[in-house]
Amino acid sequence: MVKEKKPEIEESLSQEEIQELDKLIDKHGADEEQLIPLLEKVQVLLGYIPVSVQERISNKTGIPPNHIYGVVSFYSYFSMEAKARHRIQVCMGTACYVKGGKEIAEKIEADYNIKLGESTEDGRFTYENARCFGACGLAPILVVDGKIFGKVSIDSVDAILDEYK
Amino acid sequence: MGTKSISDINDIRDKIVNGAEKESAKIYVHMGTCGIASGATEVLESLKKDLKENNIKAAKIIKTGCAGICSKEPLITVAMPGQEPIIYEYMDESKVQRVVREHIISGTVVKDFAFARGMEAEIQERIENKGAPAGQKVLDSSIPGIEEIPFFKLQKQRVMRNRAVIDPNNIEHYIGRDGYQGLIKALSEMSAEDILKTVLDSGIRGRGGAGFPTGLKWKFAAQTENSTKYVLCNADEGDPGAYMDRSVLESDPHSILEGMVIAGKAIGSHKGYVYCRAEYPLAVEILNKAIKTAKKYNLLGENILGTGFDFDIEVYEGAGAFVCGEETALMRSIEGFRGNPRPRPPFPAVAGLKEKPTILNNVETLSNISQIVAKGSDWFKGIGTEKSPGTKVFSITGDINNVGCVEVPIGTKLSSIVNEIGGGMVEGKNFKAAQLGGPSGGCIPLEHLDVEVDYETLQEYGAIMGSGGLIVISDTQSAVDIARFFMQFCQEEACGKCIPGREGTKQMLNILNRIYSGKGRTDDIEKLEELALVIQSTALCALCKTSANPVLSTLRYFRKEYEEAITA
Repeated sequence: MVKEKKPEIEESLSQEEIQELDKLIDKHGADEEQLIPLLEKVQVLLGYIPVSVQERISNKTGIPPNHIYGVVSFYSYFSMEAKARHRIQVCMGTACYVKGGKEIAEKIEADYNIKLGESTEDGRFTYENARCFGACGLAPILVVDGKIFGKVSIDSVDAILDEYK
Repeated sequence: MGTKSISDINDIRDKIVNGAEKESAKIYVHMGTCGIASGATEVLESLKKDLKENNIKAAKIIKTGCAGICSKEPLITVAMPGQEPIIYEYMDESKVQRVVREHIISGTVVKDFAFARGMEAEIQERIENKGAPAGQKVLDSSIPGIEEIPFFKLQKQRVMRNRAVIDPNNIEHYIGRDGYQGLIKALSEMSAEDILKTVLDSGIRGRGGAGFPTGLKWKFAAQTENSTKYVLCNADEGDPGAYMDRSVLESDPHSILEGMVIAGKAIGSHKGYVYCRAEYPLAVEILNKAIKTAKKYNLLGENILGTGFDFDIEVYEGAGAFVCGEETALMRSIEGFRGNPRPRPPFPAVAGLKEKPTILNNVETLSNISQIVAKGSDWFKGIGTEKSPGTKVFSITGDINNVGCVEVPIGTKLSSIVNEIGGGMVEGKNFKAAQLGGPSGGCIPLEHLDVEVDYETLQEYGAIMGSGGLIVISDTQSAVDIARFFMQFCQEEACGKCIPGREGTKQMLNILNRIYSGKGRTDDIEKLEELALVIQSTALCALCKTSANPVLSTLRYFRKEYEEAITA
């Protein structure tokens, strides 16, 4: 007898997460206009939107999978990679850039041995750039898990990140 | 469902203008995104705690949006009955304790961290009165009046008129500041043609960048016959270095809703969307609350204030794509697709969102509308230039002393914005250029610093008004690096649909990287110029068409830096 292969989604998500996901899909329905709001909520729920999740959305809503993939890959808010425990965003708005954002980015890349968009091996940090949080008065800005740190200097980066284990 | 009428709204206003509100002590905590990031939440919490511990029940805490001068945050303003308000800067928990003990309880100003006397919203009154308005006792005349501080004195508040004085989550504060008077007039006294004529006559131009006459855009949509039309608010402020829209959304959301309903009546639409970026969570939250409250007060929804007009608004959260600030891309995004722009015509006024006639205006434009309708087109033309009346909000950042959000009459000299309002360069840095308009804009160097800031004049010098980002760059920055920065932004954010946008920006970035890293070739400048012109004339949408501007503008004023980088 052929052993039935476990669906891919069950390998990456827990049963609770799948249930929550289904609830969101049911709530937003099959309307294409609701796709981006749905994906935004899924991104918040799971931290990423892997292909297996995209397939489930497609199966339940009838929206073609290539349309969903196209949307997920287009907008920077969505990610297809699992995230680490903490998310570091270095603001690369113009004000931050000219006031030292570039040097902060370089320091994080070198000292934490991490490239843009990647996570550290210990699963501690995912490192991203962000485009202007609109708090330019505090440039340069570093954002960790949504908390904004303003007027960051190269010397203060380690102390900020040390708080996140 | 609300059941309020026009007279109910007017009663609320009268009660606030004349009422007992004036008698209580008020403490304003300025809580925009910048303020919160600087510690305003902690300041608020300790203020609550200290008031409670000292058993002060009569003082009201008002949580407002940004107070404009980001570089002094966190700020609070203390207004005791019968006394001049005092603005305190750089607050923290221990400073709050002293303010409560000395100012609120004992009535003495804490001079050590007092920033100014008075409030921005009272500046006009203070100037006419040569100081504190009648009935306000001066506590300490050695602290400067707010009308004496260039940062505030040279501004003219229209779009920002309610900042730092109202709680954005309290609709009655807005009504008490004459909010919704434009809407009442538009719905009860004016025909759609009257509104269109007023907006056209005012001469207001789109504050989102290109400066297209707003009234004309509305007229096109009004003329297109269709039972379904849409009004969109572009709150997808993706320009790096620009945050004026965020500031308006966070401090005065009802002014935008009001503008949208008026636009709805003018063009014959009953549905609006605010497209706001998800990176602005506070703005999204405040907007959603404002919509809910406006419905409760019958200022939105069915049969608004009993006038028979229906209009509904939804917030649509953008998912982070600069190109979605482009109107056709934004519409595709609301429909649930990739935000790819499409060629025009047909223009959105004819076939926009879901192929229906649609107008798109930005936050600042819409925020002006209710005042234009309430006060008339001549009032609006009272400041600004002949071709560009009104004010423009800029977010000024970079290497200057006073970083913040400023609103000035169009036609104000750039030097006045940088040196007087901005307070000049920070110590040890020298002015090199002011970059206006983000990735679609350009630099103005020192020799042209006296240029008047209006749509046409800026373009002559290779910059644009744009959405209002103004970054002051010091001579420690390389012009090539600045150009490279913007090109990298455009290249990453290009949607990829057209070849000039997808490949052209990439080639330009490659060349800029090469020059910056010292490996430039002798014909690189020529190649850059050639590519720039091709992209300008062939790209599909404004994002890539204008992406060459920062390169062309730095080449125009700092060509030598490019040449030196290549020969070095």
